[in-house]
This record gives sequence, structure tokens and C-alpha cells, in this order.
Amino acid sequence: MEEKIEGMLSPYRALDLTDEKGLLCGKILGDLGADVIKIERPGGDPARNIGPFYHDEPHPEKSLFWFALNTSKRGITLNIETADGQEIFKKLVETADFVIESFPPGYMDRLGLGYSALEKINPGVIMVSITPFGQTGPYKDWKTSDIVAWAMGGEMAPYGDPDRPPIHFSHHSQAYLNAGADGAQGALTALYHRWTTGKGQQVDVSIQEAVVQCTEHITAPWDMQKIIQKRGGEGSLRPRLTQLWPCKDGYVSWFFWGGGMSVRTNVPLVKWMESEGMADDFLKNFDWSKFGFGTTQEEIERIEAPTAKFFMSHTKAELFEGALKHGVQLYPVATHADTLDSPQLAARKFWVEVEHPELGTSITYPGAFANASEAPPRISRRAPLIGEHNEEIYEKELGISKEKLLILKQAGVI
Amino acid sequence: MGEKLLEGVRVVDFTWHLTGPLTTKHLSDLGAEVIIVESRRRPGWARGAPRTSSTDQFCTGKLSITLNTRDPRGLELVKRLIAKSDIVVENFAGGAMKRMGLSYEVLKEIKPDIIMLSSSMQGQTGPYYNHPGSGHKLTALAGFNNILGWPDRQPGWIAAYTDFIAPRYNIIAIMAALEYRRRTGKGQYLDMSQYEASIQFMAPLILDYTVNRRIAGRMGNQCPYAAPHNAYRCQGEDRWCAIAVFTDQEWESFCKTIGNPALAKDPRFATLQARKKNEEELDRLVTEWTIRHSAEEVMNMMQAAGIAAGVVETGEDLLDKDPQYKHRQTFREVEYPGIGKYRSQVGAHFLLSKYPYELKRAPLLGEHNEYVFKGILGIPDDEFDKLVKEGVID
Repeated sequence: MEEKIEGMLSPYRALDLTDEKGLLCGKILGDLGADVIKIERPGGDPARNIGPFYHDEPHPEKSLFWFALNTSKRGITLNIETADGQEIFKKLVETADFVIESFPPGYMDRLGLGYSALEKINPGVIMVSITPFGQTGPYKDWKTSDIVAWAMGGEMAPYGDPDRPPIHFSHHSQAYLNAGADGAQGALTALYHRWTTGKGQQVDVSIQEAVVQCTEHITAPWDMQKIIQKRGGEGSLRPRLTQLWPCKDGYVSWFFWGGGMSVRTNVPLVKWMESEGMADDFLKNFDWSKFGFGTTQEEIERIEAPTAKFFMSHTKAELFEGALKHGVQLYPVATHADTLDSPQLAARKFWVEVEHPELGTSITYPGAFANASEAPPRISRRAPLIGEHNEEIYEKELGISKEKLLILKQAGVI
Repeated sequence: MGEKLLEGVRVVDFTWHLTGPLTTKHLSDLGAEVIIVESRRRPGWARGAPRTSSTDQFCTGKLSITLNTRDPRGLELVKRLIAKSDIVVENFAGGAMKRMGLSYEVLKEIKPDIIMLSSSMQGQTGPYYNHPGSGHKLTALAGFNNILGWPDRQPGWIAAYTDFIAPRYNIIAIMAALEYRRRTGKGQYLDMSQYEASIQFMAPLILDYTVNRRIAGRMGNQCPYAAPHNAYRCQGEDRWCAIAVFTDQEWESFCKTIGNPALAKDPRFATLQARKKNEEELDRLVTEWTIRHSAEEVMNMMQAAGIAAGVVETGEDLLDKDPQYKHRQTFREVEYPGIGKYRSQVGAHFLLSKYPYELKRAPLLGEHNEYVFKGILGIPDDEFDKLVKEGVID
């Protein structure tokens, strides 16, 4: 199944001990060509119980969540809480460039596998630790979950309707994916540093901090003007603008942009409306160079009323097509069906088919995150089955005999 | 402080707005020499008025030159600079660099091992390559608004969320390309689509559609396997605390913490399935308790009981109250002439055990003209003066 194609990270190996909080980090390194070994506890990682599932059959080998975040990894099982497991893990660290983990701070130290111990085995090893709040500080031992990370990262307070609680994304965690991507950045940054210093180090990713990296438009208004952004636009100094509009068969995303962006973004829409006879005199004669902080709420309403009517007279596909034609910065609120239908993604050959022989099928996956002219990232293999590469790694690479493996298996180590 | 992590890496920065500057900020905050190419005639978005910290905080540690690249002499100067650089980053609408005469094919001739990254909405190829857009709307196109909000209401707004996903993948691509160049001597072109980067964060739901044909919708703040699971109103004006209870043990601790241990055995709530079935009633009961405490008290009590909980933090909480951010120095103060002190995050989204960060203020417009043109390019004083006088260096 594996093809040997040079990737940007081909010479490197990563040991991936993470749970759902850090899985993306190893996937990114793997797609970039690194040899990523997912180390699961015997019986399989708990993240295999996270849905959605293939044909809605809850089964540890059928989690689509697991499939999506573990491409380009090999997989072994190992209980690092046993002395034998720790010995084997240390052996693997000797040839590893990265160890990625998402245990609570201090857990790896208690097992004798903390950075200071691993550094002695392999001074070049880079340990990427992805935890709720980071390795140190007053909250380091606190628990998190997606909604808690989103709340404490500041990405929740200003979003939602004023008459209901602030909202966070439905389904899988966005907070953990942001943190996982930051872990990959950290791994590569520490790798660069290793070339000048000769030494590895620990990369300390806080999930809370990964979320707050998305919030400059929330922190800056407080920092400079002591403004707290509120749901529904309340509390803002600006006039309230509509951002998501109903259309014939769904919604579109568009707002009238103020200041320096006004003329170049708003005029094309008005011209388009005009071409269909749907711009009234107020809209046609409006001086867009003056649109911005000084525009009154009443003026906004007079601008928005005919616009709402215009959008309601079209489907989202018609509006998308028109936006492309007229150079208008409008996009539909897409469903995943719309995403799969995108002519742009098709033209760029974004989607890839990944074989799942044991399911007797292939599955369409999102392709590479970068279109690179050299050694481009790619999915080199589907997510590993439980212990799929035990033999390959324990027997062939570490030279552990079949007999010994049998003992280790019965002892719950593998 | 010793040598900078990215010491000796030179970046020519044509970026503006958000995704581009956030990409190069990672490099400048780690010590790369990032030179923003600006123009006094057409100051970029990052130079728009009113000048606020949100425009300057993305340019920390960078240098600024002002140059009219429409003048052939200006274009020539930029090319000379690129010949002495490692990385070029731009985030114009697709095709713009080509029109400026600075496509990858041109740059490769000038500097064979150059790493060039273009970050646009939908990539440099395909039928929509040159459609101008913004992260606010791309967030909709990538499907994020559709999975945010209440099932009985319209999709929720989350500003330009994908503008913060794209830089993450941009930075990963640049750092990986630097590693590849170190090993092979080869540079490359990185054509980054914000659309494609953002869909990475949708992968499990994409598979749910491609396999099961299920279109993911909105579930408010609910989680199929946890309850209570919501943001709960607390004492004070518009104060909230998020609480997530997953296991029976956490549920028992939760009931003890709110002073109602009997609730744990109440048949309406004794099992997860019962709690999910009666979630509305459960949320009402939880709120009866949370409303009598501050959001911080709720968070502290829950965390002490081993339950995931956290204040729904506002800008004020993030910058001035949360002790964890203070401890990690997440927001650092810099001073900019004319606007005073403001706070900015470090471009690297992680702490390194063997490298401390240092944040420097953003450059003034054209602050480094002399350093770049005289110092790096070796232009003599009289020629420099002439270029300034004739508006090439503007």
C-alpha cells in the first residue's frame, strides 16, 4: 500500500502518543513524509470511539473521526504504564526525532518518560506536548473539553444570539485541531533550531492559547478602546450590519464593508443589483467613499432592505455564480454537499481516494493542505488498524522474538 | 539573548490584511529579517486609518521599506532584494504577482532556491483563482457557519475564522520547505488555498458526507455524549461559564458541588441517556445554581471537583484577568510611536523550552529604507537620494 515517494520530512520519525487533542499534529507530519508511528494502548485508542462511523456502525476500526486524523501513520500498541512497555518505548526514542503527546502535565515524568529522561536517551529528540492549558501555570492541572477551551480561548463570548447563550461549533473539536496544527508548527520550528544548536527541546502547546490565536478582533478592541464585543453586535461602536442573509434555498455571507474597502467591495454588488433592476435610487446614489463608522443605523437599514430582497430572489448557487462574474465578495453558506460539488476543488484535484481494503472500498478524503512544487504533502496511507504494524516494528526493527512478543502480549504490554 | 532562532533568514513580505501578515509574523518574531514592501502612495491595509493595535500587532519585529514597484526601477530594486533573500510571501488575489512581473518563474531565475508562498482564497489555479474574497465569507464557503448555532435558527456568525486557519498551514509549509531546502538545496513554490486549508479542519464531517451522505447541521451547544454541556448564565451582566459533564462520576461530583447530591440519583438525570432526554430541564436547574455565583466562582468550584469548566472569556478576561495567560505571557506589551503601548501575541503559538521570545514593535512606514537599500543592496548615498527624490523609493 505504501509508495516510497520523497516528502519534505522523509528522513524523520515521530512517535505519536496523543489522544483526540493532538492527533492532527502527527497527521500533518505524516502527510509531509515523516515516518509517524501512532502508539496506542493495547486494544486501541479511546479516540477510535469518536464518531461519525463508517455506515454508522460504532466499531473501533470504523471511526471516520479516527480515519480523518490518522492518515499517513503506522500503528503499534504499547502499554507505557508497564516497565516492559517503558523499556520498549525508550528503545524507540533512540531513533525518533519527535515524540508527540497530550497527557496531563507531569504524567510522562511520573512514568520516567518526561523530556528530561528522553533527552538523556536521545539529545536531539523534540517533545511536542499538547495540553489543555500548557505545562506550567495556575491552570496547568485543570480539565478541558472542546466547549471549555473555546470559551476560555475567547472565541465564544461575542458569537450567538443575544437572547441565548454564547455558542461554539457543533460536532468535532475545532480547539483541538488548532492546537494540533500549532504542535506541527512547533515541531518544525524546533527541528530548524536543532540544526543550529544540535539539541532537541520541549514544545509546549496550550489548547487555550491555540484558540486565543483566533481572537485579535476581540482582544484588540479591549486593548485599545476598552470595548467588549457582544453577541448580535451590541456594545460595538459601529453600526450593526447584517452578515448572513437568507436567500431562496439557504444563506449567503456578505456584509457592506466600511472604510478603505468600501468602494472596491460594495460598488460591484450595487452594479450587479442595478443590472437586474433591483437597486433603488438610494442605493444607486449612495456615496460609498463615505461608508463606514459615520454611517447611521437608519442609512444601513435603507441599504440593507433592497439587498435582502435581492438575495431572496435568488438561490445560493445563482448568487455564487453572480458573485464570481461580478467580482463581488460574497460566498454561500455551504453545506458539506456543496463543498464536495465545488468546481474549483475539482479543477485543483483536491479530493483524493484512499483505499480501505478491509472495508472493501475506497473513501474520498480532503487532499493536501498545500500545493507544493517540490515533495508535496500527500496522504501516503490510510489510518492504521489496531496494532497493524506491531510485527513490522517489534520483530523486524527492534528484533524482539516471536516468543517474547507472545509473553508481552499476554502481560498486557502489547 | 543569544542567536535568534531564524537568524540569517531573509523574507520579502508583500502581505496585507490578516492571513499574510500573521504568516510572516511567525518568522519575524523568531528573528528572521522580514522586510515588508510598502508604498506611501498606496498604504496597505496594515497602514489604514484609524491606526489601531490590531493593524500593527501583526507586523511586530518586521522591517519596512517604501517602494513604487510600478516604476521599472522600483521593480528592479525589489528583484535585487529577492536575489538576496530566502523566502517571498504574498497574499494578493490570485494572479496579482504575475501581473506585477513577480511570478515564481521570474523569481526562480533571480534566485534559484527561493521559497515563494502565495496565500489566496482558493489557490492560484482553477476557475475561481482570481476571485477576490475575505476570510469572513470564506468561513461560510468552507462550511463553518452551517455547523455553528441553533438548530431552530439561521447559521451563526464567527467573523473571519478561516483567516486564522490559513496562516497555520502557511507557516507549516514554509518551515517544511526550509527543511527541504536545507537538505536538497531546492527552493519551491507553495500555492496555498485558504479554502483547502480550512477544509482540513472539517475532515471528519467531510468523511461523514462522502461515506454516509450525512450533511452535518447545527446542535447549539449540545454534545451527543455529555450533559450538562452548555454555557450557563452566571451572576453579573452577561457573564457565562461553560460546563461539560461526561461521566457518571463527574455527574456525581457536579451534584455535590451545587449542594444537591440527591439530584445525582434523580431518575430524570441518573444516567447519561436520562440527562440527554431531559436536557432542557437539566439546563434550567443548572442555571438556577450558576446564576447565584460569579462565572469565576462556578469555574473554580467545578475545576476543584474535577469537572471541565471555564469562564466564557471576553477581551477583558483574556487580556487583564485570566492568570494563565499572564503566567505564559501570551499577550506582550510593545510600544509604537504615536499610538503608545499595545499588546500583541507572539507569532509562534507555543513555548519552546530552550528559546525565549522577544517581541519588537512594528516598523514605521519606510523606517528601514536606508538599511535595506544602502546596507543590503549597497546603493551609494547619491543614488539613494536620487531614487527618493524621484519617488522610486517613495
